[in-house]
Amino acid sequence: MKIGLFIPCYVNQLYPNAAIATLELLQKFGADVTYPSKQTCCGQPMANSGYEHLTQSCNDLFVENFSGFDYIVAPSASCVLHVKDHLHSHADEAAATEIRGKIYELVEFLTDVLKIEKLEAHFPHKVGIHQSCHGLRGLHLAQMSELIAPDFSKPRHLLNMVSGLELTELDRVDECCGFGGLFCIAEEAVSVKMGKDRITDHTKHGAEYITSPDLSCLMHLEGILQRNKSKVKIIHIAEILNSSSIKA
Amino acid sequence: MKSTLDHATLAEEFNKDEERVDWHDGALWWIRQKRDRSAHQTPQWEELREAASAIKSNVISNLHDYLIQFEENLKKNGVQVYWASDAEEHNQIVYSILKAKEIKQMVKSKSMLTEECHLNEFLEDRGIEVINSDLGEYIQQIDNEPPSHIVLPCIHKRKEEIGELFHEHLGTEKGLSDPTLLTRVARKHLRNVFLTRRAALTGVNFAVAETGEYVVCTNEGNADMGAHLSEVQIASMGLEKIIPERKHLGVFLRLLARSAIGQPITIYSSHYKKPRPGQEMHLILVDKGRSNLLARPDFRDSLKCIKCGGCMNTCPVYRKSGGLSYHNTISGPIGAILAPNLDMKQHADLPFASTLCGSCSNVCPVKIPIHDQLYKWRQEIVKQGYSASRKTFSMKAMALTLSSPEIYKTAGKTGRWLLNNAPFAINNKFNPWYKQRDMPDSSQQSFGEWYAKNGSKK
Repeated sequence: MKIGLFIPCYVNQLYPNAAIATLELLQKFGADVTYPSKQTCCGQPMANSGYEHLTQSCNDLFVENFSGFDYIVAPSASCVLHVKDHLHSHADEAAATEIRGKIYELVEFLTDVLKIEKLEAHFPHKVGIHQSCHGLRGLHLAQMSELIAPDFSKPRHLLNMVSGLELTELDRVDECCGFGGLFCIAEEAVSVKMGKDRITDHTKHGAEYITSPDLSCLMHLEGILQRNKSKVKIIHIAEILNSSSIKA
Repeated sequence: MKSTLDHATLAEEFNKDEERVDWHDGALWWIRQKRDRSAHQTPQWEELREAASAIKSNVISNLHDYLIQFEENLKKNGVQVYWASDAEEHNQIVYSILKAKEIKQMVKSKSMLTEECHLNEFLEDRGIEVINSDLGEYIQQIDNEPPSHIVLPCIHKRKEEIGELFHEHLGTEKGLSDPTLLTRVARKHLRNVFLTRRAALTGVNFAVAETGEYVVCTNEGNADMGAHLSEVQIASMGLEKIIPERKHLGVFLRLLARSAIGQPITIYSSHYKKPRPGQEMHLILVDKGRSNLLARPDFRDSLKCIKCGGCMNTCPVYRKSGGLSYHNTISGPIGAILAPNLDMKQHADLPFASTLCGSCSNVCPVKIPIHDQLYKWRQEIVKQGYSASRKTFSMKAMALTLSSPEIYKTAGKTGRWLLNNAPFAINNKFNPWYKQRDMPDSSQQSFGEWYAKNGSKK
């Protein structure tokens, strides 16, 4: 199984450990993983700001980097959703269409394609799950609180396989953290207030770590946690699922 | 009353009082939870939403025919029908109806359309007094403030503030803030209004093409009180309020109040069809941008809206910024997709007042893909040139950087180097991120750099 590893721009620059954990985790399950070195970004920051028309060269580069793999996997729900919804190519639309159907966020790849039922991971901490909105309402990684439908959660399913880990509850199970791409800059006041309220929900239920399939949400929450000298940490879900090496 | 400040600025102002934000957020979240509970208790909730959406798809695809059918039936029932293309025409029609009967005072029950048309100001300028009889609207009217929510017009006001207003305008005892007592005072004032007004105007929730009747949903019975006591009854409705048949009410009435406030049905669902002997009934069909919206394939589904306000209650941005920050009669997510159709320049900020979290689309009883439309309005606004040139410049720079692997690598390295070696270049008051958030740790090499060294060993 040939996998193209897509590490979104800000993960590449600022959260290399999450990327390394993703790579190692996929390799643990026997996947043949390649990281195309000329990749940059999915183009979402421009598109969500209303400049989708400027993303064509980004899209072309993406198609160039990720054609020919069985699957493309990324540790970021938001970027994966963007590619699924918006990747097009004038030069090779067939290749773009193929990529849109083959790209997976890490959690859904582990759950739906590799169908993981057992993990050798150990993480003896209280952990709260932050459902990224794009992962939840875009990729349907879990059931959404607004809909009347049976409950399920792919991140919870995987985290339940980690020994020592205790999941903490939330009052509002899937409320947005307020990151929202450039929203976090343009609407700074509301963005920060939303983030603070998410953090309070996690801390009052005793979480030591907040985890998510999306680092963009976590980066925003981390900024607020650190400014307020909180002991609570953020961690990408790949790092927890790959955490056997730090067995206590 | 029109504000020139944008949503972000007004929202920042609203956020200066954090305790108030928490209270506002909590009040609306409580309503969202009530909505969830009542949706869970309704068998086939999701099928009902699907049916409502399909009925409304049919309506907007055949609007012309349904409107003609509705008009014919209205006339058969003895109702006088008018067509207004915009607010000015609508207001003139109302004025001419009142003038013909020499009526100087009118009572109105909640109608968002007439708020949008600024009917009260128009009539007041011509010497006609209008009283809003819905309690929340009444409170907003005496405070000379527009509604902040389409269903809960004064949800942003605390009971103490309402008590203060009543003390000032209705002469209640200072410090009185008990909701029951305040409501009694308002009721007494309004009772007298109902008894003395010769004309009553209502909005319309559903207009049944098949029968020519229209349905008004209220909890306070104020629409009925006004209509039943008046000699001239006027209804104003947007073109999109049509439903084909009476039986379709079985779908919409089950969804409306549950989606709005988690109540099984509104206390009053009043059907109006024919004038009483000696009474006149007038109905005004208002376009005001609706046919333009119909001509925009990406956005026409927003005409399905039944104005339940559910998207506002669930929207975290709405809850934490308040309805008045949207500087538009209809606020929240639905307002942000309806307003640009009316004036793209004035409302260019609204589609950006969202994180695109998608919760609005999930609660919408007629399944309008609200967050997809927000995304599409952003594209439209930029294309039409209503985006700041500063933003366009930085977006072009970003596009250039991200389409070249080499420039991207250098830029990434430079960014991380700056954060480590010259943090003052980034951690300053010009950086909105840094105002209340620390910057991410950038002391490590990038994954790309790590992979170049270690990737092949794996």
